[in-house]
Parts: sequence; C-alpha cells; structure tokens
Amino acid sequence: MRLTQGAFSFLPDLTDEEITAQVQYALDKGWAVSVEYTDDPHPRNNYWEMWGLPLFDLADAAGIVAEVVACRRAHPEHYVRLNAFDSTLGRQTTALSFLVGRPTVEPGFRLERQETTDRCIRYTLHSYATDRPAGSRYAAP
Amino acid sequence: MTRPQHQPFRAQPASSAAARAEAQPPAGPPPLAPDAKVDLQAARAESGVEKVLTELDTDLVGMVPVKARIAEIAALLLVDGQRARFGLSGSTPGLHMSFTGSPGTGKTTVALRMAEMLHRLGYSRRGHLVSVTRDDLVGQYVGHTAPKTKDALKRAMGGVLFIDEAYYLFRAENERDYGQEAIEILLQVMEEHRDDLVVIFAGYADRMDQFFAANPGLSSRVAHHIDFPDYSIDELMAIGQLMVAREGYRFAESTLPVLREYLSRRSRQPRFANARSVRNALERARLRHANRLLESGLPVSRDDLMELRPEDFLSSRVFTDPVDGTPAGPATG
Repeated sequence: MRLTQGAFSFLPDLTDEEITAQVQYALDKGWAVSVEYTDDPHPRNNYWEMWGLPLFDLADAAGIVAEVVACRRAHPEHYVRLNAFDSTLGRQTTALSFLVGRPTVEPGFRLERQETTDRCIRYTLHSYATDRPAGSRYAAP
Repeated sequence: MTRPQHQPFRAQPASSAAARAEAQPPAGPPPLAPDAKVDLQAARAESGVEKVLTELDTDLVGMVPVKARIAEIAALLLVDGQRARFGLSGSTPGLHMSFTGSPGTGKTTVALRMAEMLHRLGYSRRGHLVSVTRDDLVGQYVGHTAPKTKDALKRAMGGVLFIDEAYYLFRAENERDYGQEAIEILLQVMEEHRDDLVVIFAGYADRMDQFFAANPGLSSRVAHHIDFPDYSIDELMAIGQLMVAREGYRFAESTLPVLREYLSRRSRQPRFANARSVRNALERARLRHANRLLESGLPVSRDDLMELRPEDFLSSRVFTDPVDGTPAGPATG
C-alpha cells in the first residue's frame, strides 16, 4: 500500500529535478529545510530520525538534494522526507513537508479492533512493517 | 495489492548532477541543423557580457592580465552556450580559480565581482559569494572539520566560495593539523559538484606557491591561476582619483605632483600594500584636511570642504623618513 503522507503524496514520486525545484521554492521563501528518515510509517509517528541538523543559510537547492541522495544511500529501503520550517513570527511551523524516498515494497496497515467495556470497540492502525524489528523492516525485494 | 505505476524514487540516478544533465535536452529547443549559422556578436550583445566587462574596465584600474583572463572566460561560456544549441555537449568547464598577488592588488574586489559576473553569464545559478577563512573550514577537534567544511560548501552552492589566505589551510609543520582534512573535502566537492559551485583560492603569491607545491592535487584541479600584478604609480594615481571621487572629495591641481611623490616614496618603503596604502593615505589626508579647516577658524565654502591640498599630504611621515632605509617607526599603511 502506497504511503500517502505530506504534500504531493498522491502524485507520482517526484524526480530529483522536481525535488530540486520544490526545495528552491522553499529556500526562496526563507524556510529552513531539513531531511528526516524512518522505517515506522505509522501516521502518528511524528518524530522521524533527523539526517544531520536542519540546513540553515543555504541559497541553492543543490546542497540539500545532495544530502537527500546521501541519506537514501545510507538508509536504503527507508522513508525519507523533507521538512521546510517557516520561522517568521506568527507562523513558526512546518510550512512544507513531503516524501522524497520510500521502500520498494510497502506492506501497508491493518485495522485492529479492541473490545472494551460495554461492548464498545476501539479501532487502531497497525503497520505490518513494524512486526519486524527496527532496521530490518523493509528487506530489499 | 499491486504496486501502482509510479516511478520509484530509487530508480533515479544517484548523483543530482547526472540527473540534471540527463534532464536538460528535452527542456531546451531542438538542436539546430549542422549547417546552420549563429551570430556570436548578437549572442554576446544579448547576454549582457559587454556591459559586465565594460563595468569591470571602468571600475577597476590596471589589472590587464586579470581582465584578459576574465574576457576569455566570458568568451568560453558564450561559445559553450552556442555549442549547446547545436547539440554539441561539452563537459561543464571547471572554473575553480586561484588569485595570487601582493597585498592590496584587488584580489578580494575581483572575487566579489566574479560571483556577480558568473551569474550574469549564466554559469552560476545564484551569484552569491561566501567568503571564508581557515576559521570557517577547519575544526577544533577530531570530527569537527568535515561538517564545518561541508556546511560552508553547501552554503556556497549555486555561487562562489572565496577562501581568503588559503595557505593557512595547510600547515606543513604539523602533520596532525585538521587543515589537511578540510583540503581533502574541498577537493572531493570541487570534483563532484563542479557545476554547483566555483571555488576561488586567494593569497599572497609566495605563500600560495608553497601551498600549491605541498598540495599538487589541489593545484591541478584549479584551472585558472591568475596573478595580480603590482600597480604602477600611474595606476595608483588613478585609483586615488577614483577613491576621492567616490567619497565626494577632489584633489587641488597642486596636490597631484605631491601625491605622486608620496606614492613613489611610499612604494619604496617596507610593507607597501598597493591600493590599500592609497586608501590609508587618503584616510589620513582627510583627517589632516578636517583639522586644517577647523584650526583656520575661517568660514569655509563647499569647495574648501571638498578640496584636498598639498599640505594635507606633505606633513606625512613618508616625506621625512629615509626612502630606502628602515623607517624610524613602524610604517603604517
């Protein structure tokens, strides 16, 4: 099941040129871009691993795309995303976030039901990938 | 569930440079026919190179070899652009440079111009200049250097990285110095991202020669070694004229021979720093000028406020110190 998180996730995966153009847009807006990766795709998993510090004071997207390429190489079969943080007073939040890397095979999620008091049922999502220990969740096909 | 027909991220070429090169052909217009002719002069006029070079010529005095080399680089970039229209793909020319010369010969000034010029010629995408010294590249402890150097390089991408007094990077007497690590990272990025940034090394001629001799790999990766000649007295006079005009002053007619004598004496004294010495001389002349006006106690006109007179220079120590011997005190500027 194709993971749809962040901007552009219902489009075909962005090419490196398209990623460069998006990053350049973010830099031109004055946003600080950072690279993150994870192998736990649960939608409530907000805190991904940081790939180095956020990249401040850059003028050109080439430096960031080089980091994305390095992150994909160091963590193949992981999800990689870019966050662009807008630090202007009154916003101070992530302005743009999109996936720039994903595993070849994405097993998806199952719906879990939990019976509780008074015949209530609670629902939650469980990622098949997290059945395996971290680091070996997405074996190469 | 079958995987939808998306292009996976992983199938892309690993290097962004390769990806860019691959994506370029469909973006531009179709290649011209092999027997077509292009008008180089028209292309030159269109690119605005002429304006850049004329500006360079009027704003900077002398520097004949430097200007010649810059004109050559401009011509190369122009011809490369026309070659691309015929589908003749050449590799991006490496434009890493080294500027060597005595103090005050305009190395930093030209580097600032270079960033803007390469941008106008369409070689670099942003045209900003990141100026660094050893402090910004070399770390304090093990593992500190690489991130620091890479950070500076990333900030310079799309523009020019200017490394002032580059010879400080390498300290031959200490083989555990982290400068060597910074040089290795520089080399690697200069090769891998040659179309993303231009690195300019600058420094005094003799020490840069030692620096390049100790790092042959670096020397061979720097395509353009540009030597900045010392200024002649005439050129220094012209620089002085430009400087006072910019500050809203002018020389009285009788000042010019005095200034010429001042410069010829100063240039024979130790620690002469070309244009920087001219600037310092003018700064001190301005001090004496202000003091003279104040002490005269008379009402002053606009002309009085603008005009630098011979006495503003004549009281300088340069005229009292022996010309070729060692000066009595430390020579300033």
